[in-house]
Amino acid sequence: MVGLHKSEFKNPVVRWIDQRLPIPSLLQKEYAQFPTPKNFNYFWNFGALAMVNLVIMIVTGVFLAMHYTPHTAHAFDSVERIMRDVNYGWLIRYIHMNGASMFFIVVYIHIFRGLYYGSYKAPRELLWMLGVVILLLLMATAFMGYVLPWGQMSFWGATVITNLFSAIPIVGPDIVVWLWGGFSVDNPTLNRFFSLHYLLPFVIVGVVFLHIVALHVTGSNNPLGIEPKGPQDTIPFHPYYTIKDTFGLCIYLIVFAFFVFFAPNYMGHPDNYIPANPLVTPAHIVPEWYFLPFYAILRAVPDKLGGVLLMFGSILILFVLPWLDTSPVRSMRFRPLARPFFWMFAISCVVLGYCGAMPAEGIWVTISRVGTAYYFMYFLVILPLLGKLERPLKLPESISAPVLRGGGPVPAAAAAKPMEKA
Amino acid sequence: MADAATATAPAQAQGSEPPRRDFLKLVTAAMGGVAVGAFAWPFIASMNPSASVLALASTEVDLAPIAEGQAITVMWRGKPVFVRHRTPEDIAAARDVNLAQLPDPQPDSARVQKPEWLVMIGVCTHLGCVPLGQRPTDQKGDFGGWFCPCHGSHYDTSGRIRRGPAPRNLEIPEYTFLTETSIRIG
Repeated sequence: MVGLHKSEFKNPVVRWIDQRLPIPSLLQKEYAQFPTPKNFNYFWNFGALAMVNLVIMIVTGVFLAMHYTPHTAHAFDSVERIMRDVNYGWLIRYIHMNGASMFFIVVYIHIFRGLYYGSYKAPRELLWMLGVVILLLLMATAFMGYVLPWGQMSFWGATVITNLFSAIPIVGPDIVVWLWGGFSVDNPTLNRFFSLHYLLPFVIVGVVFLHIVALHVTGSNNPLGIEPKGPQDTIPFHPYYTIKDTFGLCIYLIVFAFFVFFAPNYMGHPDNYIPANPLVTPAHIVPEWYFLPFYAILRAVPDKLGGVLLMFGSILILFVLPWLDTSPVRSMRFRPLARPFFWMFAISCVVLGYCGAMPAEGIWVTISRVGTAYYFMYFLVILPLLGKLERPLKLPESISAPVLRGGGPVPAAAAAKPMEKA
Repeated sequence: MADAATATAPAQAQGSEPPRRDFLKLVTAAMGGVAVGAFAWPFIASMNPSASVLALASTEVDLAPIAEGQAITVMWRGKPVFVRHRTPEDIAAARDVNLAQLPDPQPDSARVQKPEWLVMIGVCTHLGCVPLGQRPTDQKGDFGGWFCPCHGSHYDTSGRIRRGPAPRNLEIPEYTFLTETSIRIG
């Protein structure tokens, strides 16, 4: 018979399906046998955690949408109804609400993992860029989701963020009216945000799929930042990393559950429990915590267009990072000079986040400016120069070498095996 | 049939000029692009303000009850409009300004139809917050007009930006005096 897939499965039902639709073979190859560097640390859990988080958000979101009303007159009350009347509504909403924060915690750790271990460098540039696309989609989705409860922070957050587009010369004001569907943030805006908030997670699923396909072409990076030299450097994904990811997942779920059950509003803002009022701006508008560093960059610049450009630029610059970092060495473990600059960068992000939560006056503006300057310096000056000036430490011969004293030589039989990628 | 097809294909590739096939491809792609654009247009346009939103375009305001020094806020197109009955001191302060020093130079006389009535959209030109300054207890900023608490823009008694990140003066809506003491905005 022409065209039937050669299946290795013994179970007749699985075999019958696999011959016609070889998904079992694909999973076997990409998730069971998949040769994975054997030296992962727990920072390599966070991709899997982000995926689980995405599923949690979609499931809770679908159920919340069954009870939510996207209308300015009913939105706030329908959310309160979910909290008080709907069976387990409080649980589903608190999971969804804290899930957004957990998502950013997980994704930010995942990104800093990539920055520290140089996971964005060749040949993983496109893998990294797809990740930046996911980050942007995630931010858009989170922002629009925060508008839906139609509290004061929802309304004024939406007003401030949509007004960012008015900074675009000439067409800016028309774009803002188009985004709003009116002359202010109002019912048409709420309706379309609900529609897009439901749509974008599925777009994220699509880009995550591409992210994983790209990952399975190049293989994973690892804490040493050197490629596996043969089968002695890798282990099959299952059961070694399925069990490691499961352990990490348990820890993550404990932290998640702690917030949901004991501090559900800790990461939110109390003003969002006041119904939206277009005539009164809260004295102190702040975005959700995960946007604070970018908000600080926005406010650090005295010019409106300049502030908006720098804020978007702070994320867009990640797209070109693979070409800005000129060092051929991936892992910061072997970059003694780059390492302190990296930690200063991490600190600058935290400091910017703190400044973003403070009023935009006095010392906070100055600190924000210093933080913003360092943020861009790191990408535009420090990383390009370090690649030329720095003398990296000697890289180990292979992933096995530092573990097996003497650096396990490649067994002849294994080296001859063609299935292993270089 | 099969023979004829295989016989003519190489002849065509050799005999006729290749640009003809390229031209057809280009025209097809271009027409496809136009079609996608034309199909996208209604969807993009559907996000612009609808007829019902545009219909709520004007509001009438009775000015008689507003005493000198008082201000009221009315809704117009979902936005707050500030109507302030200015005192002679307010007017004097607004007119006694070196225009060259302003970020968005505009004389006070260009911003009012009658000097005692200042009518403007109460939306900060920075990122759209509602500035404080309407109530007597509000913070009015360093120039006695309005102060935006979001990002610290100071407006004077003519609603002009004096300090802070806002790029432009508070916007003046279109309005007409129907009688001595009433206006229609929009």
